[in-house]
Amino acid sequence: MGKKFDKTAKSNAITYGMVVVAWLVMMALQQAGMLSSSTVGLLVPVCIYSIMAVSLNLTVGILGDLSLGQAGFMCVGAFASALFTNLVQDSISFTPVRFTLAILVGALVAGVFGLLIGIPVLRLSGDYLAIVTLAFGEIIKNFLNILYVGKDSHGLHFSIKDTMSLGMEPDGVVIIKGAQGITGTSRDATFTIGIILLLISLFIVLRLIQSRDGRAIRSIRDNRIAAESIGINITKYKLLALTVSAAIAGMAGALYAHNYNSLAATSAKFGYNMSIMILVYVVLGGIGNIRGSVIAATLLYVLPEKLRFLQSYRMLIYAIVLIVVMLFSWSPKARDFRERYSLKRLIHKNTAKEAE
Amino acid sequence: MSFLSYLINGVSLGSIYAIIALGYTMVYGIAKMLNFAHGDVIMIGAFVMLSALNTMSLPLIPAVLVAVVACTVLGVVIERVAYRPLRNAASPLAVLITAIGVSYLLQNVALLIFGANTVSFPNKITLPALSLAGGNLVISSVTIVTIVACVVIMIALLLFINKTKAGQAMLAVSEDKGAAQLMGINVDGTIALTFAIGSALAAIAGFLLFTAYPSLDPYKGAMPGIKAFVAAVFGGIGSVPGAMIGGVLLGIIEILAKAYISSQLSDAIVFGVLIVVLIVKPTGLLGKKIQEKV
Amino acid sequence: MKKMVKVVSLACASAMLVSTTAFADGDAFKVGGIGPITGGAAVYGQAVKNATELAVNEINALGGVQFEFQFEDDEHDAEKSVNAYNALKDWGMQMLLGTVTSAPCIAVAAETANDNMFQLTPSGSAVDCVTNPNVFRVCFSDPNQGAASAQYIGENKLATKIGVIYDSSDVYSSGIYEKFAEEAANQGLEIVSAEAFTSDNKTDFSVQLQKAKDNGAELVFLPIYYTEASLILTQANSMGYAPEFFGCDGLDGLLTVDGFDTSLAEGVMLLTPFAADADDELTKNFVAAYEEAYGETPIQFAADAYDGMYAIKAAIEKSGVTPDMSVSDICDAMETAMTEITIDGLTSEGMTWNADGEPNKQPKAVKIVNGGYESMDK
Repeated sequence: MGKKFDKTAKSNAITYGMVVVAWLVMMALQQAGMLSSSTVGLLVPVCIYSIMAVSLNLTVGILGDLSLGQAGFMCVGAFASALFTNLVQDSISFTPVRFTLAILVGALVAGVFGLLIGIPVLRLSGDYLAIVTLAFGEIIKNFLNILYVGKDSHGLHFSIKDTMSLGMEPDGVVIIKGAQGITGTSRDATFTIGIILLLISLFIVLRLIQSRDGRAIRSIRDNRIAAESIGINITKYKLLALTVSAAIAGMAGALYAHNYNSLAATSAKFGYNMSIMILVYVVLGGIGNIRGSVIAATLLYVLPEKLRFLQSYRMLIYAIVLIVVMLFSWSPKARDFRERYSLKRLIHKNTAKEAE
Repeated sequence: MSFLSYLINGVSLGSIYAIIALGYTMVYGIAKMLNFAHGDVIMIGAFVMLSALNTMSLPLIPAVLVAVVACTVLGVVIERVAYRPLRNAASPLAVLITAIGVSYLLQNVALLIFGANTVSFPNKITLPALSLAGGNLVISSVTIVTIVACVVIMIALLLFINKTKAGQAMLAVSEDKGAAQLMGINVDGTIALTFAIGSALAAIAGFLLFTAYPSLDPYKGAMPGIKAFVAAVFGGIGSVPGAMIGGVLLGIIEILAKAYISSQLSDAIVFGVLIVVLIVKPTGLLGKKIQEKV
Repeated sequence: MKKMVKVVSLACASAMLVSTTAFADGDAFKVGGIGPITGGAAVYGQAVKNATELAVNEINALGGVQFEFQFEDDEHDAEKSVNAYNALKDWGMQMLLGTVTSAPCIAVAAETANDNMFQLTPSGSAVDCVTNPNVFRVCFSDPNQGAASAQYIGENKLATKIGVIYDSSDVYSSGIYEKFAEEAANQGLEIVSAEAFTSDNKTDFSVQLQKAKDNGAELVFLPIYYTEASLILTQANSMGYAPEFFGCDGLDGLLTVDGFDTSLAEGVMLLTPFAADADDELTKNFVAAYEEAYGETPIQFAADAYDGMYAIKAAIEKSGVTPDMSVSDICDAMETAMTEITIDGLTSEGMTWNADGEPNKQPKAVKIVNGGYESMDK
């Protein structure tokens, strides 16, 4: 037991250490002016998608439920936090406080959505669960596309038709403008905040996994009926995992909303395509492997940006790389091959195989 | 009267979903994988058919056959290269991700070959439209052809699965791969055959989809693909009649939601109905109850 | 897996370290372009990319002001657009001709304002695209088109009962619709049906058309792009519904859809600044050159980009900036010069700009007759 504990602690230390070192290195390079604008611009998105991958890995890897609606939670978090920031812009001028509150609002609202969506899907599993989460994501996106929210001296006005039907006083401002979404949100996100949020997400998820609750959640994944028979409350643990996962995704959404001047619920950004992209990060990084999610999200996000020199062949090459990497890392034959010829094995012939 | 015409439009749209969903559900039933690239195979099939019509100036039936052959080959190659190596992977998600990779690949190959411009797909079904109630209700010939094709394909598939040796082999593989292999069934061959049939159906679906809605570009396969997937799940994925019923119902719900509730919210309503159905009947309308074992 | 990840991450990390420093080559301006050249909106980005390249080659051949042009893909996504912008900055971009679509344009405009870089968007039509003083546009703004359409329909008494079909998930389309609805009330027009579709649900338009028909719409207003319009016209025809159709500049390109039965578009009216079959010298030469180079007929986006490049050239000549100046100095000088130049372009004659970044040009109303445009202004 003691040895196992050490191993977990060591693994956690590596995960946190890796993130902190990445932060130190990037900050140092940035201070020294050695980073290109393109790299600097990628720092915050890399944090956003790493957090997303970590959050989805909790659902897919630890709980064992395939979710295709993670982008929906990110979308909810993004809109809730951006709406909050725009509403309190005048009353709270101290940015750190406002942004912290906005992140909390994003996480909270997304968490509530996670809980609400979690309750009906409890009965479902496998591909049926996947399709229902996909459906929820699409509903959220569709709804936000026609949502208009304005504010004037009488308070908030809502409409799902157009700006006119908000019926506002002439001094009112429209904050959410349907398909155009929210523009001009204060751009408070920085790389350092991104890293802090990533560390918080990692901390929450790792603590959860390694706690008693986490073991209960994993037992549901491994054998639901057996777990139930020894008295594990499946409803409670499933909802716990789904809610935490959604809240973390909402946090990533808040970071996103405060990093760009324009936030719109487009299909490309918050549709099932994005949920699938996040799933790709999770699977490539290793299902259930939290550290792997961060690494895979970073690499796969940066890859197409670094392929820009290929011009119109860029996405083609990206697709091929994705297929080849998947075949290479997941096919049983390739696994055997790698194990037989891996350096580690050639050096220490007797090293026990690392547990997956 | 307008209700009837909405209903007919719903059936038209739904029959297209149904025919795509048949291909989806076939592949899912046997290979147990969501073939995300199915919609893109449809798009490739339509482009091949268009080239056959325009550049080779073939008549309609040979052009469809060319597309069917091209898609069949494409489907088998995709299965062999991208899916088969991952069949016994540690997680079923691995092959899902490769399917997404294949989907991107097909879209981008089509983009480079055919360009991003929308092309209008010709309507080669020159049969007269069916006119009812003194011309107040018009059912277009495409709709009639689609529904007939859909029913014929469904019956043919059911007969094939239940009455032929290869079909029985498919059933056996879908039940239990290991046991099927022990019984001397060529599992690889059977799965390849399934992909061949699924992709051939995709070519026919492409022809009917783009004849009914004649706007084709490299990204026009993905969304019908997802909708058909939803339809297949709706009807109970893996079930052939379920795909047909699911497709038609999805089309009708979509049209009626647009007509009577809100055209702005129709996507949300369709997905909302789907959620309700799945909560009430977690394996879809005609899906088999999965027996859970310890 | 782990080993491979490590190797790849090392490789990537080293790639990230290679930071390019921005240096202009001395005698040529580095102009960047951003737009979708992959993904669902690829057709617009490719048109802008091609037409800008064409204009740059022509201008460079003249021997005066010289340009280098680099175009980056943004997949019609705000975030990717900012990434593309940063990549272009590394390349040494001094001015931006972009971005092509509205939502990404709003995001990038915040970046150019930050860097004080001159930006001219050929086709970002949302109001918020040009709120910063350093951003100008070539196309009309959405409200401008919506209001102009309602005025045109009202003043020319084309119809009183109007049906609208618009894309509620698209900024351009919902922006025009909203202003149209507002102005229609002033013009005494009655909107009898306003039905939407979304980017995920744009194959079947039977309901939207049926509603317009049932409510007795004499004219259907289509503030959408031509790809969907071609489907709407086909479906209206097959259900035997033949109202007047009226659209905005997004409908331009309808006649160039490969394989489209143009007889269905007969009688469609649209407000457009550009017509590929106009018979003035400038348009004829441009269309011929474009067709020769890229094998297809240019759409309005291409014309906007082509005019944009010539506007940049004119503003450079007016302000006298040189490629060795800093990005910020160039921007300040160009901002002033843009309001002083006059361009005879493909999309309008005598185009001028005001300090808000809006072009001063009037949409021309055309009607499709015998497979071509015919001016409706007598």
